[in-house]
Amino acid sequence: MTTDRRVVVTGLGATTPLGGTVPATWEALLAGKPGARTLTEEWVSTYDLPVTFAARLAQPASEVLSKVEIRRMDPNAQYAVIAAREAWADAGAPEVDPARLGVAVGTGIGGVWTLLDQWDTLRERGVRRVYPLAVPMLMPNSASGNVSLALGARAGAHCTVSACASGAESMGTGYEMIRTGRADLVVAGGTEGAIHPICFAGFAQMQALSTRNDSPETASRPYDTTRDGFVMGEGAGVIVLEAEEHARARGARIYAEFAGIGMSSDAHHITAPEPEGAGASRAMVEALESAGLAPQDIVHINAHATSTPVGDIAESNAIRRAFGADADQMAVSATKSMTGHLLGAAGALEGVFTILAVHHRLAPATINITDFDPAIELDVIRGEHRALPSGDIAALNNSFGFGGHNVAFTVKSV
Amino acid sequence: MAQSEQEILAGLADIVNEETGLDTDSVQMDKSFTEDLDIDSLSMMTIVVNAEDKFGVKIPDEEVKNLVTVGDAVKFIGANQS
Repeated sequence: MTTDRRVVVTGLGATTPLGGTVPATWEALLAGKPGARTLTEEWVSTYDLPVTFAARLAQPASEVLSKVEIRRMDPNAQYAVIAAREAWADAGAPEVDPARLGVAVGTGIGGVWTLLDQWDTLRERGVRRVYPLAVPMLMPNSASGNVSLALGARAGAHCTVSACASGAESMGTGYEMIRTGRADLVVAGGTEGAIHPICFAGFAQMQALSTRNDSPETASRPYDTTRDGFVMGEGAGVIVLEAEEHARARGARIYAEFAGIGMSSDAHHITAPEPEGAGASRAMVEALESAGLAPQDIVHINAHATSTPVGDIAESNAIRRAFGADADQMAVSATKSMTGHLLGAAGALEGVFTILAVHHRLAPATINITDFDPAIELDVIRGEHRALPSGDIAALNNSFGFGGHNVAFTVKSV
Repeated sequence: MAQSEQEILAGLADIVNEETGLDTDSVQMDKSFTEDLDIDSLSMMTIVVNAEDKFGVKIPDEEVKNLVTVGDAVKFIGANQS
């Protein structure tokens, strides 16, 4: 078995605040439609939450999955299974030896709804009423396990947990599985279903969330001077990674090459980014070097850009630190301005966007910028989406997570 | 008040359907929960607890292994209803 194989992307799946599928999501993204809405759930007022909006799924999972699937999986795993099935069908549901098909699906938080529902059940109704599937529903690897069941994948099912970098790190795990010969195909991505009052309360107490309650649609505004925090989102993004020779042999449609990955950790603070961006820039440089790319090859960056006051500047600094003047040629998109922040699914969904941007040579705009922050030294696409050059191009996806996790990966045109 | 076996079977079939998605018609007296209906031990626990609530009986954990077929469960419930 060769141990340095090229890896390509042959399938895409997603369920997001912008749409129940990849085509619906991509169309809304290019149209600049925001996904955040005022929440109508009773718990918003019950707990007097300081934030009253979020970006919920455009198509509820109950419209896609069976009643039994909804009952036996936490929303976290439900979203992953929906996206994985779409990605697998999009790849042409290839015939493959199950022992050569892997899964890598990460999450930031896991089955928080199940954990807290079952805790309530124990306290209010006693141990006999606790659901026997409580543990397999709340465990963070529930999504990767359920995806492996749904697709019959037996090369290994992995779950990376690195907060908001989880989805990107999973794609890196899948890439490494194929590159090093452990699998021929890997279904990889991230999922999150954590729009739960405890998450609002926790993030709100950190002052991490936008409190623009009177205008949910304009609350996620990366790079604007008046940005005041991120907007909670939910959903999943999943891709099918495949060894290039395997994809070519079966005549698969290839979106792009998954070209390289870089990872680092800040060891600076449990939540605050290291302000000079040393760790983040190392991850970016490694993502290029491992792919044999030079900074001049990168025409587009899908930034992490969550719309927090310090995070957006730290990333901008890190990009400049990594690429210097070459960063001038990189068209930057902050797609969280539309999707909200999908936490453990964010890097995966943005990975889908980065792949589509290279495939269609079209980079999405960042919406809600009315007063561009002069501290951001990046070419941020505003207003209309932008065409990317012809010829060989490459793009970079950045994802960072609480805990100091930095994950960057590169995608090349084929 | 004791229910007829048919009433208990119908009620049990609803519980099985809710937990597993199996068609209620497939839940017949002679069917084995594990062999015929492919119900695992986790689902069986949920079915037992829901049956306790629905039929007003206590089904001890040590009794569950004796409930091999749907008929075993229907008869146990019928015999233990107050």
